[in-house]
Amino acid sequence: MSEKVLMKGNEALAEAAIAAGCRHYFGYPITPQTEVAAYMAKKMPKINGTFLQAESEIAAINMVIGAASAGKRAMTSSSSPGISLKSEGISYLAGCELPALIVNVQRGGPGLGGIQPSQSDYFQAIKGGGHGDYNLIVLAPASVQEMYSLAFKAFDLADKYRMPAMILADGTMGQMMEPVELVDGEVEKYEKPWATTGTANHEGRNIINSLSLAAPELEQWNLARYKKYKVIEENEVKYEEYLTEDAEIIIVAFGIASRVSKNAIDDARKAGIKVGMIRPITLWPFPKKALKEAAKKAKAFLSVELNMGQMVDDVKLAIDCARPVYFYGRTGGVIMSPEEIVGKLKEIVKGDAKQW
Amino acid sequence: MGKRVNLFMGHYGSGKTHVAVSYALELSKEKKPVSIYDLDIVNPYFRTVDAKSMLDRHGVELIVSPYAETNVDIPAMNAASYKMTDDKKRFAVVDVGGDDRGALALGRFRDRLKEENNYDAFLVVNCFRPETRDISGAIEILKEIETAGKLPITAIINNANLGKETTLFEVEKGLKFCEELSKETNLPLAFTSVFEGLIEGAKTITDNLMPVSEILYGSWQK
Repeated sequence: MSEKVLMKGNEALAEAAIAAGCRHYFGYPITPQTEVAAYMAKKMPKINGTFLQAESEIAAINMVIGAASAGKRAMTSSSSPGISLKSEGISYLAGCELPALIVNVQRGGPGLGGIQPSQSDYFQAIKGGGHGDYNLIVLAPASVQEMYSLAFKAFDLADKYRMPAMILADGTMGQMMEPVELVDGEVEKYEKPWATTGTANHEGRNIINSLSLAAPELEQWNLARYKKYKVIEENEVKYEEYLTEDAEIIIVAFGIASRVSKNAIDDARKAGIKVGMIRPITLWPFPKKALKEAAKKAKAFLSVELNMGQMVDDVKLAIDCARPVYFYGRTGGVIMSPEEIVGKLKEIVKGDAKQW
Repeated sequence: MGKRVNLFMGHYGSGKTHVAVSYALELSKEKKPVSIYDLDIVNPYFRTVDAKSMLDRHGVELIVSPYAETNVDIPAMNAASYKMTDDKKRFAVVDVGGDDRGALALGRFRDRLKEENNYDAFLVVNCFRPETRDISGAIEILKEIETAGKLPITAIINNANLGKETTLFEVEKGLKFCEELSKETNLPLAFTSVFEGLIEGAKTITDNLMPVSEILYGSWQK
């Protein structure tokens, strides 16, 4: 076991990216993710890497496209409004089938919003954000340790499937300090014969492109990509179960909301409410099977989110509406208390709660 | 607890706020009139203002930017911060922002602080932070802070911790680290700060201790 250090989530994430072999960071500062850029600015020059503060978020994501095209592990990070700006580039990464890491340390929105933590970019991360038929691999850390391990994992998955991956964190995850074990996993090496690194005497040319003016050809590209997505949905789902064994109510929550929910579950159990949690670690692919399985025993589901209700529909779809689904959320940068969640649980038990 | 003005500086995330707040509480226990100044111009998250109710209970006056922990992300200081040097009847505990960027805010008080010459500038050190895990890293940050703050550090505080996972092992390791740092820099070790719950055990390691009260930042904590 390596020695633990005390780190901010943003720092742990940056350190993980470096450990995963990322030497190309392009970004533009925005609260509450600025420590990622600050950490990279300090570290990258010491290890022959590139830290570049671009003139804008749009420039930064296009630099990522360039570095990724050359087969390099590249990343950018931002917070909500900055991710909106990057969305065109993210769609291009998906269209070009380029592996890269995009980090969103979410803050309240819409618009310029606020700087306090939020999870209101779930739709943006899961349902598109950019245009066209595509998915992102989306990982949702719930501790500083996971900020480290999932950032490492994200690069691996991105390379493995040749597609962009996103870390969907929030302001609290980025700012909070917790002990971290910096476990250096094996950096898996992936051949990238498609990379634009010169012809090296091979036949033909490597071209990174997302433009296809022939409709049937573009359709074929999309069909092929969705075949890949099916494989990912089969093989890469990750989630954590907490006290689900005898649970009559299943809370579904990710990131910081799952941390508050865990405290609420402990309190609610003391009050005699049998409640557990399924915490999606991959938001895409979504743990549909786990939820469907849980619906066989559980009587109700409660989606707890820091938004107006963005994941709750996916919970309903996953269980085919087989059980009543409820929602509890706070928004705009406000974090709920465990007491509020326990209150909602009590309403559900009494039959007073309104279904989503 | 000698000097009238007590400046707490250090690496980003070294525990300055926790140590400064606890130091102010200790002064208040000695019935001294004390104000705590939040000069953090770096980070809008996790601030002295999170300890407001605790400070209120002990009669410690909190002087902080009205924008701390709000959605206004601007590096602002409260105009009342000048009380730090103007009101010589009150003790001042100053929570300076992290690293050299945070210490910049101190520059404007330098001349008055030097003129009165009744201050300590503490460097808060947590050797479990990645940038200050080795002596050379700690010295590098010390120099950057001194340059930006335009004031020499006068003493070191051992604040070795792993948050809630802190044990006496970390405290002892931190003490050895800070003793070495003290030797290298010729700066005295002021004290070791430990969470209240560890105080009794820590007495077996050193008797130069200050208890740290935990500030609860949010409902995800336990």
